[in-house]
Amino acid sequence: MNIAKNIESVGVSIRNARKSYGAFHALDDVSLEVGAGEFVSLLGPSGSGKTTFLGILGGFVQPTSGSVFLGDRDITYAPPHKRDIGIVFQNYALFPHMSVGENVAFPLRARRLPKSTWPARVRDALSMVQLAGFEDRRITELSGGQRQRVALARAIIFEPRLILMDEPLSALDKQLRENMQIELRHLHQKLRATIIYVTHDQREALTMSDRVAIMNRGKIVQIDTPVRLHDHPTDSFVAGFIGEATLLPVEQAGAEYVKLGSYLLRSAHPVPPGKEIFLAVHAEKLLIADDTDDGFLNRMAGTVTEVLYQGESARVFIQLDDGTRLSLRQPSNHTGLTKIKSVGSRMTIALHPQDTILVPKASY
Amino acid sequence: MFLLLTPALAVIVALLVVPLLWLAWQSVYHNGFTLENYRRILTEDIYWHSFLQTFRIAFIVTAATALLGYPVAYVAASLPRRWSIIVLAMVVLPFWTSVLVRAYAWLILLQRTGIINSTLKSLGLIDVPLILVNNEFGTVIATVHILLPFMVLPLYATMQKIPAELTMAGASLGGTPSHVFFRVFLPLSLPGIIAGAVLVFVLTLGFYITPELLGGGRTFMVSMLVSRNVELYNEWGAASSISVVLLACVFAIFWAASRLIPVERLMGMR
Repeated sequence: MNIAKNIESVGVSIRNARKSYGAFHALDDVSLEVGAGEFVSLLGPSGSGKTTFLGILGGFVQPTSGSVFLGDRDITYAPPHKRDIGIVFQNYALFPHMSVGENVAFPLRARRLPKSTWPARVRDALSMVQLAGFEDRRITELSGGQRQRVALARAIIFEPRLILMDEPLSALDKQLRENMQIELRHLHQKLRATIIYVTHDQREALTMSDRVAIMNRGKIVQIDTPVRLHDHPTDSFVAGFIGEATLLPVEQAGAEYVKLGSYLLRSAHPVPPGKEIFLAVHAEKLLIADDTDDGFLNRMAGTVTEVLYQGESARVFIQLDDGTRLSLRQPSNHTGLTKIKSVGSRMTIALHPQDTILVPKASY
Repeated sequence: MFLLLTPALAVIVALLVVPLLWLAWQSVYHNGFTLENYRRILTEDIYWHSFLQTFRIAFIVTAATALLGYPVAYVAASLPRRWSIIVLAMVVLPFWTSVLVRAYAWLILLQRTGIINSTLKSLGLIDVPLILVNNEFGTVIATVHILLPFMVLPLYATMQKIPAELTMAGASLGGTPSHVFFRVFLPLSLPGIIAGAVLVFVLTLGFYITPELLGGGRTFMVSMLVSRNVELYNEWGAASSISVVLLACVFAIFWAASRLIPVERLMGMR
């Protein structure tokens, strides 16, 4: 028995799904195609529709309109227990009156599989999540991280065609969370299962996903790879949501130029259409300029107003001559830190045209 | 802090503990120390029968309240809060009328010429009136009615704390609704069933007015034995010994139940 060999993952297709409560659209005409074996995260602020989306996939929420396909099977109206979707819930949802082994065997019992096949499969599932030999433990004896793993083992033991995870790591502390992220990533590679992962933690989404769907107000605003999302946000909402970006209103000044106050900046990307355009400046992409820099960088000058040392990096706040405030992040290696000028002194900063990201104002 | 407890404690000691001790004393002292009263309970048939009947009625009433109360509590616990309060209010509403009034109301409904019999007769379903009251059946019906809230409330309190995620997880893992109910929901609601069952069982053991009015003299519960001994025969010693035995039974039941679930849960504090 080997779970990894048996999982036959399929793609998921959500077509024009809408969920309305009266005039309020919790989910507003959302479509999403997830490929077989793909890891897609849904990322968005609370109330953006992630939970409704997950409910529709799991079968706990009936969509007002639209359809859901698992492979080529229409599951829009299938009850939850006939969907073959493994769900890892936010608070683990382990059965407190059962042992670890009984919890993990629950899907096998529910499917009336012969009892003789259970122990081997439970052992296999538990060893997948590094909990070999935990069969007889009580749930109450486990730490948060171990409970998380049991929930995971229980969700994969029946070789589901799709795995849904609803903020599964949000209750863990930071260190454990980062370890689990890497472990989940490895598990995904091992199982080659299709995974849809809901989170409000963008770092988590970017770390683990093949693609990330950004949700806001019941819609998917953008779905892209982590790199594209970071470097090519579709509008000011995504640009402001991903990373530590400062959004500054700019005016178009030619095919690849914009004006920020008195500075003329060149972008390597076409200037988006529309009247209201923003420059999204990521703190880590701003450089402290010195004379050795290439000439084609966009340069701006200002006064250092504050320097915050934050361990692995330092954050420097600068006020440009026209009053615009920006911040940059400097890695805290020796060379990096010595470039930072003291508070009150003048400093020139630079932005590469490739990093000069221009976005239209979000239309919602 | 503990001074705040003093008034209540004083009342309890004066009106409950002292009389109880006096009761226990009465049961073993009559012109000298004697176990005659207890010997009689063990040897005389009338006592045995009464205790047996009392326990049987308590058992039937407990089972009936559990069967009737579980679905009600389930509905109340799964409804949105606003609606569950309405359901619970309807369960508790009869509490506000006296037990005596309700017993007479049942008498009117169940007697030979009562509403139920006359309706069945006019519908042509029966020719001879059914004997619904003045027996154990009538006692059980009225007692179930009166004690139902004591079953529903602890059940509701327990069910309402079972996270909805658990049943959702059960369904997503492939459990049919009935599988999820029997494997997940029912076991987790068991503490509520035990708490409710203990309350109803113990309360039924001491029931007096209802069997007196609806039992028609054929139902002879332990409480009536006590009352007869005092009122009719002026036998305080016999009455006391019966009370002591009944009290011992109640303590034994509580002790047994507390081995199954924590005491604070039994008392409905959690």
